[in-house]
Amino acid sequence: MTQRYSFLQLIRQAFRHHEGWTPAWNSVEPKDEYDVVVVGGGGHGLATAYYLAKNHGLTNVAVLEKGWIGGGNTGRNTTIVRSNYLRDEAAHLYEFALKLWEGLSADLNFNVMFSQRGVLNLGHSLQDMRDIERRVNANRLNGIDGEVLSPADIQKIVPILDCSPGNRYPVLGASWQPRGGVARHDAVAWGFARAADRLGVDIVEHARVVEISLNLGSGAVEGVVVEHEGERKRIRSSKVACVTAGNSGVVAALAGLKLPIESRPLQALVSEPLKPCLDTVVMSSAVHGYLSQSDKGDLVIGAGTDGYNGYGQRGSFEIIEETARAICELFPVFSRVRMNRQWGGIVDICPDACPIIGRMPVPGLYFNCGWGTGGFKATPGSGFVFAHTVAEDKPHPLAAPFGVERFHSGAVIDEHGAAGVAH
Amino acid sequence: MLRIYCPYCESVRDEDEFHCVGEAHIKRPELPDRLTDQEWGEYLHYRTNPRGEHREIWHHTVGCRQHFNVVRDTETYEIKLVYRMGIDPPTVPGRDR
Ligand SMILES: Cc1cc2nc3c(=O)[nH]c(=O)nc-3n(C[C@H](O)[C@H](O)[C@H](O)COP(=O)(O)OP(=O)(O)OC[C@H]3O[C@@H](n4cnc5c(N)ncnc54)[C@H](O)[C@@H]3O)c2cc1C
Repeated sequence: MTQRYSFLQLIRQAFRHHEGWTPAWNSVEPKDEYDVVVVGGGGHGLATAYYLAKNHGLTNVAVLEKGWIGGGNTGRNTTIVRSNYLRDEAAHLYEFALKLWEGLSADLNFNVMFSQRGVLNLGHSLQDMRDIERRVNANRLNGIDGEVLSPADIQKIVPILDCSPGNRYPVLGASWQPRGGVARHDAVAWGFARAADRLGVDIVEHARVVEISLNLGSGAVEGVVVEHEGERKRIRSSKVACVTAGNSGVVAALAGLKLPIESRPLQALVSEPLKPCLDTVVMSSAVHGYLSQSDKGDLVIGAGTDGYNGYGQRGSFEIIEETARAICELFPVFSRVRMNRQWGGIVDICPDACPIIGRMPVPGLYFNCGWGTGGFKATPGSGFVFAHTVAEDKPHPLAAPFGVERFHSGAVIDEHGAAGVAH
Repeated sequence: MLRIYCPYCESVRDEDEFHCVGEAHIKRPELPDRLTDQEWGEYLHYRTNPRGEHREIWHHTVGCRQHFNVVRDTETYEIKLVYRMGIDPPTVPGRDR
């Protein structure tokens, strides 16, 4: 049993030179049978397992992760959390997640460092401003906080942003969501892993699912075959829930299915640490650069996706150039800051830029994917509604519009053009 | 940075001269009004997304502005074959299809 973290515990451990801490979750061998097998140990998969145990009493659950916990997009993203989406379906889902974020550290007994420092989305043209006004109005009708700011208001929040009229990308205004912000991505993965483990969930790292077994007669799911420590092992389960982000197409193919998803690298970079100079999140979808400053002091910069499909977790160089160019125009003070590291994650992009959450045509098989460039912010909400969908074999009301059927019925949720923002 | 051979300019150029249009060899349905919702959805929204060899259309946007086909590995990013539009997909040399 893992320890509960508390102030008292901290003092007690301090007297023992911090040698008494136990691992945050146990390392276990997979059993032969589970009620639910979750494929993919990113934030969404771990959150799914946590809420299956917490809300639905399902504790005979395994999370199978081919690498290490949080080594996918969960540990690679720029951690922006906001809920100011245009469409009702998306706004309700992301706002539900944002409300969970607000109590998440206490709920998980793990500090996810959720910091509501506000998110600015800049507008650089009259059309940008019309879209921003429309989106902020829609948000407010949905009970989501939002304001339209003038350049003078923006300048007060971010004095180092170049709002002068002669700027290459003139800043005409912005939307402002004060409740938005950032969180610590690793802590989210670790916090959910630990909390799920405490409820009895088995977390198995270095376990790649290589086969999804189907019953020859009924066609229903019977389990998975997993590659773990150099051996193949069959695990029985009548419910398999796949949360594998950029690899969802590969995993769906194991069950003979195709998904309306394309996988592309998305990049981020961080600079050398600087003195505190930016205490909010600034995003600009028109010039595709966005940034915040981490508690360590480095600038966390998000770039765009590659223009073509790819599974190499790196990304093209000219995308970095483009983003760096935009950041230097908007923040001339950063023009000589050096970048420390750059990396990429494989994002799963749906035609309407909204996730797929729900049952698949194969009984017992569920997918939660297609979060693309912006799923970190949804992590707790996604796990909550997906756990319900899997446990009840029926979509959670907030997840219902996000079934894969929408690509045949035509009821797509067009967030792409609408919000115009990728993350 | 990919280096791509344009079969019309007959030279190798940097990736940023090009634009990837998407999957190649998607046939427009001959009788669109006869399609079921399932088939129509598939034509509109479903693309192959292989981890490995992928056939795609590229556009030489800031060059000759011609479209052409490329066979590229999405894992290693190796470009295996480039061929002009309008011809049947050739096989990749040294491999059975
Ligand atoms: C550079 C970058 C910046 C981003 N910025 C933001 C942002 O600012 N805000 C935001 O909201 N979102 C952002 N995102 C998107 C966000 O990171 C993702 O949508 C979200 O983290 C997806 O979580 P996940 O748990 O579904 O995926 P992941 O964390 O990728 O987890 C999927 C897991 O499945 C595992 N897996 C795959 N195949 C198998 C298999 N066969 N067997 C077992 N396991 C398997 C993988 O190893 C992986 O760990 C960004 C993404 C990137 C790449």
